[in-house]
Amino acid sequence: MTDRMPRRLTLEPGWRGMVGDLASDQRAFKKVPWSKVMMWAFLVSDVFIFACFLVGYMMARIASSAPWPNASEVFALDVAGRQVPLLLIAIMTFILISSSGTMALAVKCGYERRRFATGGLLIATALLGTIFVGMQAFEWTKLIHEGVRPWSNPWGAEQFGAAFFLITGFHGTHVSVGVLFLVVMAIKVLRGSLQAGRPGFLTGRRGRYEMVETLGLYWHFVDLVWVFIFAFFYLW
Amino acid sequence: MAQGEGQQHAIGIYLRVWFLLFVLSAFSYLVDVVGFEGYLKWFLITLFMLLKAGLIVSVFMHLVWERLALICAVLVPPGVLLFLMLLMAIEGQHVLSSRLAVVLP
Repeated sequence: MTDRMPRRLTLEPGWRGMVGDLASDQRAFKKVPWSKVMMWAFLVSDVFIFACFLVGYMMARIASSAPWPNASEVFALDVAGRQVPLLLIAIMTFILISSSGTMALAVKCGYERRRFATGGLLIATALLGTIFVGMQAFEWTKLIHEGVRPWSNPWGAEQFGAAFFLITGFHGTHVSVGVLFLVVMAIKVLRGSLQAGRPGFLTGRRGRYEMVETLGLYWHFVDLVWVFIFAFFYLW
Repeated sequence: MAQGEGQQHAIGIYLRVWFLLFVLSAFSYLVDVVGFEGYLKWFLITLFMLLKAGLIVSVFMHLVWERLALICAVLVPPGVLLFLMLLMAIEGQHVLSSRLAVVLP
């Protein structure tokens, strides 16, 4: 569909271009396939969900008269008899950023039609995502053993547990779903479905390498949300 | 756009952004390790967070190369959330002060 769009058409840049785009016929978002616009629309709605959680956490933390547990101590790991603050969280952050990097390279290789490089990078991204979820499961187990519950914890304000489980749980769910889609996409790429434009089994849409970029948007968004969670929940 | 299709950019910019994200993450982790307190800590955390978010959204998600109509459609609605944040912070302070008023004389 996008291939038949007149590409030589000169589009005005800047604010005048935006007014022209929004006032134009049929499509407001030029030079972007509709699937990508839809992914952006989904991500903006997801931003609102995570923002509601984070703002709710902020308000619970401000309004709580009990002291808020010190995340630096709560999430410390015991390494060779020494408490290292936030060690696991830092490693998780680096792993998620690495997965974002491999995803960006996968998108690039996809547009260059390098099938095996794209598939390999997608699998690497999925593996890093799996490691991230595994470490999160470890962290949850550790905290639950230490007595953290959504309604109570040994260190202070009760809302700590509720905010922790809700926010990291929702983010972990996003990562898990992303891993599933990465595996599906890697299979599609490796068997050449995108190259051949083969229709998908569920939606019947023809395969295109833009699909990798659209999935990449989702994956980078998951990384983006973690940036905010890391800052507001773990470091603040 | 080399082949007139999709978003194609030099590999260098991805690798540079990747490296920068590592450095910025290390910095924000160091804020905690070094043990800064108060406004300096909050300022540094927010600064590194916004820089990282900006790099991811602009380069990894290709937003800097999109047209302004899409950029505004993506960034303006979440920007309004700052207003919600402000309102809820004020509300939270009010709740805290009314809770403390019951306890304190």
